[in-house]
Amino acid sequence: MAARKMPKSVAPKPTTLLIATRKGLWVLGADAARRSWKLTGPHFLGHIVYHAVADPRDGRTLLVTAKTGHLGPTIFRSTDRGRTWKEAAQPPAFEPGSGRTVDHSFWLTPGHASEPGVWYAGTSPQGLFRSTDGGATWTGVKGFNEHPQRKAWCGGDQDGTPDGPKLHSVLVDPRDPKHLYIGMSSGGVFESSDGGADWSPLNLGVKALFLPEPDPPFGHDPHCVRLHPRMPDRLYQQNHCGIYRIDRPANRWTDIGAAMPKSVGPIGFPMVLHPRDPETLWVFPMDGSDVWPRISPGGKPAVYRSVNGGKTWQRQGTGLPKAQAWWTVKRQAMTADQAPTVGVYFGTTSGEVWGSRDEGRSWKCIASHLPHIYAIECT
Amino acid sequence: MHRLAFAAHLRNRVHLKVLIPGLLRSYTAGAETVVLPVHATLDEALRDLDARFPGLRFRVVDEQDAIRPHIKMFVDGELARRIDTRVADSKELMIVGALSGG
Repeated sequence: MAARKMPKSVAPKPTTLLIATRKGLWVLGADAARRSWKLTGPHFLGHIVYHAVADPRDGRTLLVTAKTGHLGPTIFRSTDRGRTWKEAAQPPAFEPGSGRTVDHSFWLTPGHASEPGVWYAGTSPQGLFRSTDGGATWTGVKGFNEHPQRKAWCGGDQDGTPDGPKLHSVLVDPRDPKHLYIGMSSGGVFESSDGGADWSPLNLGVKALFLPEPDPPFGHDPHCVRLHPRMPDRLYQQNHCGIYRIDRPANRWTDIGAAMPKSVGPIGFPMVLHPRDPETLWVFPMDGSDVWPRISPGGKPAVYRSVNGGKTWQRQGTGLPKAQAWWTVKRQAMTADQAPTVGVYFGTTSGEVWGSRDEGRSWKCIASHLPHIYAIECT
Repeated sequence: MHRLAFAAHLRNRVHLKVLIPGLLRSYTAGAETVVLPVHATLDEALRDLDARFPGLRFRVVDEQDAIRPHIKMFVDGELARRIDTRVADSKELMIVGALSGG
């Protein structure tokens, strides 16, 4: 039988992964069947690349946040899918006289579909920046950076996670460009309904076992927060103290990590949502017991998937090492493609990229020997 | 000072030679040295460098005008800790990447 050409709208697009590492950026491209992969790069060799993100609105712009051990933070831009790069003329920086300095830009989010050229960047220490020209120039979102409660929410710039406190998970409501969420480690989840002019904490129900109060309004440590694009009132978060779900307008999170196996626990960094089914999500647990080793529990890495919004979880480890694998996956280093059978991908702290063509049922190592992986995004 | 000696003195200080480290040569198209006219302060010299090579200054000086922790600047061999250091009578600025592990 002659092969039938698939209609353009349903033909799977070749998957490309942008792999941000501690030593540069690599690109991993697949054939249409996602069976064979080709690694190219490095770009920005020697730079610490925190995040590399493609603009879904034009299909050709890429933004990369980077610094080196010596040089200060900057953002590189490409408008031809990585063939050529230009540095931002005005990278994210706090106001002179504020006493604050950006150590690195950590997170990038393209703006709303109706606002081409708008991007958001989250920094370490916690700062929120906006570009309206495709990442060429950046200005601080004063409603957050100069909010009178910011210091109370976040603590000092020296507080926070071992690699510096971070503003991450900048989420834009696909129904309303002025409706934003951010996550901060530490600080918690915050919401703005006026384009960032003002912010309110959204943390009730989330544990903060490192604070004296049982249910504090802020000061939490969300590791990764996701909003479902098809059901934007559904948010999930992988937190330092568990896994949570919320359905707005409710303002209290539901603990969905308690259903994880006790031997594995609900601690981890990344979280990925199914692009079409709001009930399906994946997490990658790590060991958060005693001194927080931050490795795969027992040296046996596995993804856990829920298909019912976190009521129950299934282990997905087929193909992954069965023992003596002591790596983990950072908060930006797990992603999914848009294929009819979703591909899920993660990059490890030991420089391997693992991929699944069948929604996590089986895994294959698709790149290895890379530096410590910080982030993976699908284009 | 004798007139000829004074003229020689002026000739010797009308330029500031900047030694560019390898980690900044992507900005200077590979140039290892850049010659600047005389500036009063290190800050002015760095702003001149940035006008010629956009983006360079922010990689070595932060938004609060502090020299970044792993960058060192030597003016005629003396470590400059602040960008208001006078360079009007100096001949050489050496920018180096200091020890930065990992």
